[in-house]
Amino acid sequence: MEIINKCFFVFDVTFSYFDYILQNQNNQTMIQKFLYLEWKAFFRSASFATNLALKILMGFVAAYFILIFLGLGIGAFYILKKMNLDPIVTVNKFMIYYVLMDLIVRFMLQKIPVMNIRPLLIFPIKKSTIVHFSLGKTALSFFNLVHGFFLIPFSIVLIIEGYDVVSVVLWYTALFSLLYINNFLNIVLSNKDNLFAIFLGIAAILGGLHYYGLFNITEYTAPFFDAIFNTYWAFAIPVVALIALYYVTFQYFKRNLYLDAGLSNKHDIAKTEELTWLNQFGTIGTFLKNDIKLIKRNKRSKTTVGLSIMFLFYGFLFFTNRIEVYNNPVMHMFAGIFVSGGFLITFGQFVPSWDSSYYQLMMTQNIPYKGYLSSKWWLMVIATIVTTTIASFYLYFGLQVYLTIVVGAIYNIGVNSHLVLLGGAYTKTPIDLSSGKGAFGDKKAFNVKTMLISIPQLAVPVLLYGLGSSLGNANVGLALVASLGVIGFALKDKVFSLIEKIYKSEKYATIAAYKQKG
Amino acid sequence: MIQVNNLSKTYNGTTVLKIDNLEIKKGESFGLVGNNGAGKTTFFSLLLDLIQPSTGYVMNNDVQVNTSENWKPFTASFLDESFLIGYLTPEEYFYFIGDLRGQNKADIDALLAKHEEFFNGEILKNKKYLRDLSKGNQKKVGIIATLIGNPEVVILDEPFANLDPTTVNRLKKIIKELAEDPNVTVLVSSHDLLHTVEVCDRILALNKGEIVKDIQTSRETLQELELFFAV
Repeated sequence: MEIINKCFFVFDVTFSYFDYILQNQNNQTMIQKFLYLEWKAFFRSASFATNLALKILMGFVAAYFILIFLGLGIGAFYILKKMNLDPIVTVNKFMIYYVLMDLIVRFMLQKIPVMNIRPLLIFPIKKSTIVHFSLGKTALSFFNLVHGFFLIPFSIVLIIEGYDVVSVVLWYTALFSLLYINNFLNIVLSNKDNLFAIFLGIAAILGGLHYYGLFNITEYTAPFFDAIFNTYWAFAIPVVALIALYYVTFQYFKRNLYLDAGLSNKHDIAKTEELTWLNQFGTIGTFLKNDIKLIKRNKRSKTTVGLSIMFLFYGFLFFTNRIEVYNNPVMHMFAGIFVSGGFLITFGQFVPSWDSSYYQLMMTQNIPYKGYLSSKWWLMVIATIVTTTIASFYLYFGLQVYLTIVVGAIYNIGVNSHLVLLGGAYTKTPIDLSSGKGAFGDKKAFNVKTMLISIPQLAVPVLLYGLGSSLGNANVGLALVASLGVIGFALKDKVFSLIEKIYKSEKYATIAAYKQKG
Repeated sequence: MIQVNNLSKTYNGTTVLKIDNLEIKKGESFGLVGNNGAGKTTFFSLLLDLIQPSTGYVMNNDVQVNTSENWKPFTASFLDESFLIGYLTPEEYFYFIGDLRGQNKADIDALLAKHEEFFNGEILKNKKYLRDLSKGNQKKVGIIATLIGNPEVVILDEPFANLDPTTVNRLKKIIKELAEDPNVTVLVSSHDLLHTVEVCDRILALNKGEIVKDIQTSRETLQELELFFAV
């Protein structure tokens, strides 16, 4: 602990030093002034000012991903070689998918920092400087830099292994240009909805056609990537395209640098929905109406729904028996929980944070906690049942597979629905409904209590199933998990009173936490 | 109606509010004035049990607000935009609050029809979510929502701020009407002395968390207050 504290002290001193340098240059250029603002924005952001344990954890996670990419970059060459494939030809072949996936991930997660520009408009700064800076800033985004961890080591290995240095450098330049083209495409197209879904669809169709040997996109794209490597001129195509796109993006932004144009918030056309059919459910109906609107009308909740649909197909990894590590009964149970419970897990863990922006209202109205919780619970239960019904296509892999999913659903409804609500009661992260970011789990939402509560969500059914199958057979395991689900279901009222107590005791802390934004 | 006993709120050793004793009678229209940081919003937050008192307690109609929740059915409040649900249309918001306060759709429609003039055609059937309305229009929605279900205590924090002159006059009319009802206790805070004097029959001036003036409104009140806040 002592050492870690010292490390952080050293960091802090270093930061202060940079701070000092940035602040005290008399003839600062505009860009330097901007950099100074960015520096402050980064180190004073709410997510950075978290506790020590979380910083360390974030460090580990970052290090983990960097290592994976590094390992992939260095190892890829030798692994492919061992498989008797020409590394560069193979990488070029699949490069189209890599680029496509990168674009999809960007559409989903990379946010364009336009809002920070607003305060700058009224100062004596040239518009072109503002735009250049904003665009330049995105170039340093994590989504661009992360590719370096794969491409740089891979390129170095190529050179070490005796490939032509110029070819490698040109190839490297061209690929990074393509990734930066993605970066700027995401910016230009940031106002368009559903692009993520469209491109994911395209990628899925291409992948499917390729897999079943109907149409192979790589036959058409691989020659291009090969040309980049084998000729000295083809690399210019992406580079020129990148320059052109930068110019277009720049002009587009400059032209739209007005509060009511590029910097405006999009307003949706609202339609009053009464959902009167829910009236028959009394208080629960009142809240259900609200929750349905919440999910339909906010970006963040829509992302959550999209994510839970992805969980629905997660089972393919397990049940197609393609991946050896996943091909055992215990992992199948694991998949069963995920396939049926995608929505339950992604939505439930943020109850009551979904209502964070108007939590004060909720606390001054005559609201029965039980009705509030029941509504969320029903929402999760209905979603689980719907998901399980849709998941009936897993019957293709046999009755046993679908039975595992159904048992997973029973456990989800009986036990996990309670556990996520219990964990949520300790989560004090305000949710920005208008932003899709953070749907993959907010780093600020991390706390020890929530984590401890979330362990049994997966560990208990997997262990129980493993126990049952080793004592008897798979069906005994399933029966054990299902009966635990039923017991949990029977204890619903008890659990709800417990959660209610937590809500009441945490009330003031929760209100205070939800008031802080960002 | 509302009794305050030995109430104080301290943040990190700084006392931001200290009211030893205060009683607001049923039917009174009560105005709270003071500069920024005087403790107006803190007082209302304590009254609504949104923050915990450091000492003392508040009784609302004989219910101690930080131990029981029975004050909620007869108390309505609007402090700021965090009382609005951004992704709802104004109509949906009114119906939602109506549902929570045991009012049916017809009751709400009647109330909205009554205040159509106050909305000035900018709120209802406008195809906008609350989050996309201007600050002033958001405020109109929040204020009218507090009238749903005939509450006995209405608490409004800075209701006049951000409103256009015509709406301010209409709001004054609404508050005066409420004040005339002997069963309704109205609590209003404001920076604007003139507005407060006009609608309230009792005015409390706060300064740095303490009561510095407690006066029944008369012809001289405005002068007295202006003198107090003069620079």
